[in-house]
Formats: sequence, C-alpha cells, structure tokens
Amino acid sequence: MPCWRSPTGTPPAVTANPPADDRTFRRRRILRDALTIGAVTGAYGVSFGAVAVAAGLTVAQAAVLSLAMFTGGSQFAMVGTIAGGASPWAGAATAVLLGVRNAFYGLELKPVLGARGARRIGAAHLVIDESAAMGSVPGPVEDRRLGFWATGLAVFVGWNVMTLVGAVGASALDDPGVLGLDVAGPAAFVALLAPRLVDRERWAVALVAALVAVGAAPLVPAGVPVLIAAAVAVVVGWRPSADGSDGTERPDGSGGSDGPRSSGGGATPGDER
Amino acid sequence: MIWPAVLVGAAACYALKLVGVSVPDRVLAEPRVQRIAGLLPVALLAALIGLQTLTLGESIVLDARVPGVAVAIVARWRRAPFLIVVGLACATTALVRALA
Repeated sequence: MPCWRSPTGTPPAVTANPPADDRTFRRRRILRDALTIGAVTGAYGVSFGAVAVAAGLTVAQAAVLSLAMFTGGSQFAMVGTIAGGASPWAGAATAVLLGVRNAFYGLELKPVLGARGARRIGAAHLVIDESAAMGSVPGPVEDRRLGFWATGLAVFVGWNVMTLVGAVGASALDDPGVLGLDVAGPAAFVALLAPRLVDRERWAVALVAALVAVGAAPLVPAGVPVLIAAAVAVVVGWRPSADGSDGTERPDGSGGSDGPRSSGGGATPGDER
Repeated sequence: MIWPAVLVGAAACYALKLVGVSVPDRVLAEPRVQRIAGLLPVALLAALIGLQTLTLGESIVLDARVPGVAVAIVARWRRAPFLIVVGLACATTALVRALA
C-alpha cells in the first residue's frame, strides 16, 4: 500500500471506504489500460514500419516519422500517398491535414494538463487519439492527467520500438507485397472512420469525399484528390449545420483512434474498441 | 527528396499539437472551425480509403486490395477489434494474391 497523504498532509481516515484504496484502485486500472493500449498499438506499429519500407522509405525515415510525427493516422496517410505515386510533399500535406484533429484534442486536454513551459512542449508531442481518449474520460482531473501521460508514454514506446521492428523486418523481405500490407492503411482508416460516422451529414460527406477523390484520381496529379476531399469538408462545414444544431458539437467527441480505445470506463458509446 | 518532406511534415504535425494546447480556447472553440475540424478527418479518411483501395498512381485499378478492404469493412461492422480488422484485411489480400 503506497503512503497516501491528503493534500493537507493529514493521513486519510482509515474507517469506512477509505479514499486511498479507491484512488489506488483507479490508478492501477488507468495504468493497466495504458499499458494495454501501448502493447496493442505497438503491434500495429509493426505494420506501419513494414508499410513505410514497402512504400520506399528507408528504415531511418520510418523511425523518424514515428519519433517526430508520432500520429499514426497521418503517418499511414503519408506513406500510403507516397506508395500511390504522389510526391513526398503531397504525402506530407495529407499527413498535416489529417493531423489537424490533434489541435482540437489539445483544446480539450488543456485544462486537464495544466502544463506550462517545458512540460507543455513534451505534453503536446503526446497528444494523439489514444492519449486524448484516456485524458477525456469523465472523472477526476488527476485521473485524466495520469491517463493522458501514461497512455501517451506507453504508446510512444510501443509505437516506436515496433515501427523499427516492422521496418527492419520488411527490409529483409524481397517483396513485402505478399503480406497484403498495402491494405493495412485503408483497413486502419476504416476502423478510424467508423466511429466518426455519427449522423447522416457525416455519412454524406464521407461518401461524397470518397467518390470525388477516386473520380478525380485519373484527372489530376497524385496527391491532389485528397486535397479536393478536404475542400468538401471545408465547404460543408462552412455553411450552417443542416440539422438545425448550432454546430457546437465537439470536433471529435466520438473519437476515432489510431489504436484500441481504453478498455476502462468512459469509452464513447458506439465505439467499443 | 523524401527526407525534407518527412521532417517538414513531422514539424507541422507537432506544431498543430502545440497550437492546440497553447492558443486561447475561443479560437478553436469557434463553431464553424469546430464543424470543419470534425468533418475534415471524415472526408480525408473516406478519400484515403477509396484512393488506396481503388487507385494506383493516376489510374483506377481493381485488384486484390478490394476484397481485403471489403473484409475490413465487414469486420468493423461486426465490431471486430482494431487489430483483427487490419489483420483480416491483410490476410485476405495476401490470400487472393497467392491464389491468383
């Protein structure tokens, strides 16, 4: 039993449902969830490393993407775009557009983190789907803060180590294509997209964006179709919401995820991952 | 050619994260900005699914990727966990290629 002290320095009452036990239990559950997410995301990191190398990146480039970009959906989008024949810059632009959601996670997490200076610099890097989900579950601020940091760090370690494993492994293969890894990206996007399709407007945007992008592919340089799809979102989002809401929904409250969602409480309804 | 894009893309993605935890709430809380931010991943992910399943470079190609992604959609619809969705898709595409 850790030496728990209340903020005032007095030990907690030992009678009747001591808060120390409750808090310890919650902390253990959060840490267990964070490690689970880190492990499963790591398994997914293997496929990123392999896909990156199959797309023509070096092992070092794959590793730097996971270290420095560190947002799985964007990384898959970038290497997938390059694999599709577009320039690396088109790949980077796609990655950045998909990374816009992380700014909005930051907005939501800011009161939880309360980080300033150097800590904020570090905290910002760990803002990803998984850590944002764990940092946004209903509960005490200290639990959410722990969830954010533990999950962010666990995923950071798992994702980077396993990216390296996947990249080195794939570079040893003559033709990584035999593993079917070129559908790892789109399959992951299916899993990321599904929880976001919460209403008819989003279904419509998804279908139109996909049709427009594929339809434009033979007509414009590779990399441009995805920018056209982004324009669809901007145009639809610019006008007032058709369903009569005031449009103040949280941008990603439904939360897709680069990996598994917390197995603990607070998982968004409809997203059982 | 790839290195500069890797470094600039990574820096920009980090900058977005830093902006999120730094700027005053009211900037990102603007309803129109929020709406666009919510729709952007929807449009991008859907477009990327279509492009990476149905196109190669600048041509539309139907190949072993289609059954793979179709299986992913069914698996996700049946609420399979993330890794199962990705694993089944890769296995399906690999199997179709091996049989072809």
